[in-house]
Amino acid sequence: MSGALLEVENLAKHYEVKRGLLFGRHVGSVRAVDGVSFSLGHGETLALVGESGCGKSTTARLVLRLIEPTAGTVRFEGTDITQMRGEPLRKLRRRMQIVFQDPFASLNPRMTVGDILEEPLLVHGIGDKASRRARVNQLLGLVGLAAYHVQRYPHEFSGGQRQRIGIARALAVEPALVVCDEPVSALDVSIQAQVVNLLKDLQARLGLSYLFIAHDLAVVKHMADRVAVMYLGRIVEVAGKDALFANPRHPYTRTLLSAIPRPDPHRDTARQIPGGDVPSPMNPPPGCHFHTRCPFADERCKAEVPALRVLEGGHQVACHHAEALPAAPAAEGAAAMSPVAARRLELYASRRGRAVAEAG
Amino acid sequence: MTSLLEIEGLRTVFRTHGGEVAAVDGVSLAVARGRTLGIVGESGCGKSMLSLSVMRLVPQPGTVAAGRVLLEGKDLLKLSDAEMRQVRGRRIAMIFQEPMTSLNPVFTIGSQIVEAMRAHDKSATHADLRKRAIAALDRVRIPAAERRLDEYPHQMSGGMRQRVMIAMALACSPDVLIADEPTTALDVTVQAQILDLLRDLQGQTGMAIILITHDLGVVAEMADEVAVMYAGRVVEKAATSAIFDDPQHPYTLGLLGSIPRVEETRERLLAIEGAVPPPFQLPKGCRFHPRCVFATGACQVDMPPLRMVAEGHEAACINAPVEAMVAA
Ligand SMILES: Nc1ncnc2c1ncn2[C@@H]1O[C@H](COP(=O)(O)OP(=O)(O)O)[C@@H](O)[C@H]1O
Ligand SMILES: Nc1ncnc2c1ncn2[C@@H]1O[C@H](COP(=O)(O)OP(=O)(O)O)[C@@H](O)[C@H]1O
Ligand code: SF4
Ligand code: SF4
Ligand SMILES: [Mg+2]
Ligand SMILES: [Mg+2]
Repeated sequence: MSGALLEVENLAKHYEVKRGLLFGRHVGSVRAVDGVSFSLGHGETLALVGESGCGKSTTARLVLRLIEPTAGTVRFEGTDITQMRGEPLRKLRRRMQIVFQDPFASLNPRMTVGDILEEPLLVHGIGDKASRRARVNQLLGLVGLAAYHVQRYPHEFSGGQRQRIGIARALAVEPALVVCDEPVSALDVSIQAQVVNLLKDLQARLGLSYLFIAHDLAVVKHMADRVAVMYLGRIVEVAGKDALFANPRHPYTRTLLSAIPRPDPHRDTARQIPGGDVPSPMNPPPGCHFHTRCPFADERCKAEVPALRVLEGGHQVACHHAEALPAAPAAEGAAAMSPVAARRLELYASRRGRAVAEAG
Repeated sequence: MTSLLEIEGLRTVFRTHGGEVAAVDGVSLAVARGRTLGIVGESGCGKSMLSLSVMRLVPQPGTVAAGRVLLEGKDLLKLSDAEMRQVRGRRIAMIFQEPMTSLNPVFTIGSQIVEAMRAHDKSATHADLRKRAIAALDRVRIPAAERRLDEYPHQMSGGMRQRVMIAMALACSPDVLIADEPTTALDVTVQAQILDLLRDLQGQTGMAIILITHDLGVVAEMADEVAVMYAGRVVEKAATSAIFDDPQHPYTLGLLGSIPRVEETRERLLAIEGAVPPPFQLPKGCRFHPRCVFATGACQVDMPPLRMVAEGHEAACINAPVEAMVAA
C-alpha cells in the first residue's frame, strides 16, 4: 500500500444527452470528467481549480462515490471504492465528508443547529443521547460558534456562520478526508478569510486531508499544498503550490492567474484578458481543448491531444509547447503595498493576535 | 471638477413593528462625468439600498426618509413618478449581480431588448429596433449577435447574460450607470472580460459609473474614488490610490487584510471577526466597535462623524491613524 490517502486513476464521467421526452434520441455525451488522475496524501490539501463547468464538482461526487464513474478507479486508504456496496460503503461514508458552496441550500431549514449536527451521529449509530449532545457542543466550539446556537435555525445565521455549521456537520463523524466544493466562493472577502483560516486551523488540529475546490487561484494560494488545474474535464497542470505560482507552465493556468483583480491601483492594468467562454463539454474542441482560447496555439494543438507529462521537479503539464513558452510574467515578489499601509496592517495583525490569544 | 450626480445626507428606512430602522443612514457621495466611484463593504452594509434609493426603487416597506439626490443639480427625489420613469434608463441605468432575475425566462433576448428600446422610442419600426438591438449586442462584444437575438436567457452563460444586461442598460446612452456587484457571481476570467468591457464603454461614452462590490481588487482596477460603507454609513472616502496607500479606518484595514493575494507569502489572512450588525441591532457609538481591534472606551459613546484626515480624504474613526494611537 502506498502512502496516499486517496488515489484517483483515469477517472471519467460521461453523461448521455437525449432530446425528446419519452423516446429520447441520443444526441451526444457530455464528458464532464474525462480521464483524471491525482493523489492526495494524509494531512495534505490538494486544490482543484478551473472555471465553472470544468468538471470539478463531478470529480468531487465521484471521489465521494455519490455518483458512479463511467471509467477509472478511486482508491481510498488503499482500497478501490468504485465497486463498494452495503456495509463497507456505509462505513466508508464516515471517513469522507463534503462541505458545499451554498451552506443554506444544504441545511434543512426546519431543523435546529443541534439537530443538524446530531443527525450524522444518529445515521452512523454513534454514541448515546448524552454523548451526542456533548459532541455537538464540542463541534460548535471547534468551528467558533457558541453553545447557545444549538437551539437556533439556519435562517438566523449569517452566510459565514452557516458555512461554519456546514463544516461542523462534516466533521461530526471524524472523517479523514473532507471535500470542500467551493466553500468560500459565495462569501464576502472578509468572511472568506475567516473560513479559510478556520479550515487551516482544523486541519492542523485534526490532521484532515482536504480536496479543496475553487475557481479563484488567490484563495488557493492560501489553502493548498499542491494544485491541480482542470479544463473541460481534464487536468492540465499539477504542481506544488510554490512551483505553480512561481512558474505556471500551462497557458490556461497563466490565464487564470492574470485574471485575478489585484488590490493594487498602481499596477498596470494592461494585461492579457482571456477571450471567450469555456466551450461546451458536449462538443469540446479537438486536440488541446484549450486551443480556441490559447495565445500560443498552432496547427499541432488543433489536432493532437497533449498528454499530461512530467517536467523537472515533478511539475506536470499537458501542453505541447510548455518548454518553448516565454517566461511567465514575474509574480511581483512581496505584495505591492505602501510602507504606511503595510505598517498599519502589521499593527492590525498584532492587535488581532492578542485578541485571539486572550479569547483562546 | 463638478459632479454629475450628488447624494446628500441620504437616509433610507424600513418601518417594522419594532420601529423604524435605517438601512442607509446619512450618506453623502458624488461622482463626476467619465469617472468611476467604487462603493465597498460587506453584505448587509446598505450598498444595494443606497443604489435603489438613487433609482427610487426601494422595495416596500422601505422609503427614503431624508436627503437629496441631485442629477446635474436637480433633486430626483422631488420628481413625479412619470418624470422619474424618464430618468430611469435614459439618464441613470442599473445592472445587478444576477442578470437571470432581471431577464424574463420565457422571452428571447431579442424581444426583451426590443421591448426595452420601444419603451423609450415609440415611433421606431420593429425592423429598426431589431437592427439597433443587434448593434447593441455587438457593442458589448457578443459574438454572432444576430443569431443570439433568438436565444432564451437560459441558453446563455452567466457572462453572456451580464453582457445582455449591459447592452440593455446602455441602449439609451445613460449619463450614469449603477453596477451593483455585476461580476460577483462570475468566474474571474469572465469578470476580467466584463470589467474591461465596462472600462471601454465608459471611454467611449463618458458615462459616470457607480460600481458596487465587496472586492477591493475590483475597486483597485476600476475606481477613481472609493467610499467604504459599514452598517449603513460611509466610514472612509478618498481617491482610490489614497485608500490603498494610506488606509485610515480600521474597517478598511480589515478589508485589505482579508484579501487573498497571489503575491503574498504569509498563509494566514487577517480577516475581520464577527459580522455586520443588521439595522435593528446597531451598537451604540461607533458601529464597528464590537469588531474593531483598535476600539477604546470612547468608541462606545458617540458615533464618530466623517472628518478630514488628509486633503480629499475623510474617515469616521476617532483613533485614526492607528499608529498615532498606538504610540500615544
Ligand atoms: N447530471 C448531469 N447531466 C448532464 N450534464 C451534467 C450533469 N452534471 C454535470 N453536468 C455537466 O458536466 C460539466 C461539468 O460540471 P461540474 O462538474 O458541475 O463543473 P464545475 O463544478 O467545475 O463547475 C458541465 O458542463 C455540466 O453541465
Ligand atoms: N425589506 C426589508 N426590511 C428590513 N430590512 C431590510 C429590508 N431589505 C433589506 N434590509 C436590510 O437592509 C440592510 C442593507 O441591505 P443591502 O442594501 O441589501 O446591503 P448590501 O447591498 O450592502 O449587501 C441589510 O441589513 C438588510 O437586512
Ligand atoms: S497544447 Fe497548444 S493550445 Fe494547448 S495549451 Fe499548449 S500551446 Fe496552448
Ligand atoms: S472609532 Fe474606535 S471602534 Fe470605531 S473604527 Fe475607530 S477605533 Fe475602531
Ligand atoms: Mg461546481
Ligand atoms: Mg447588495
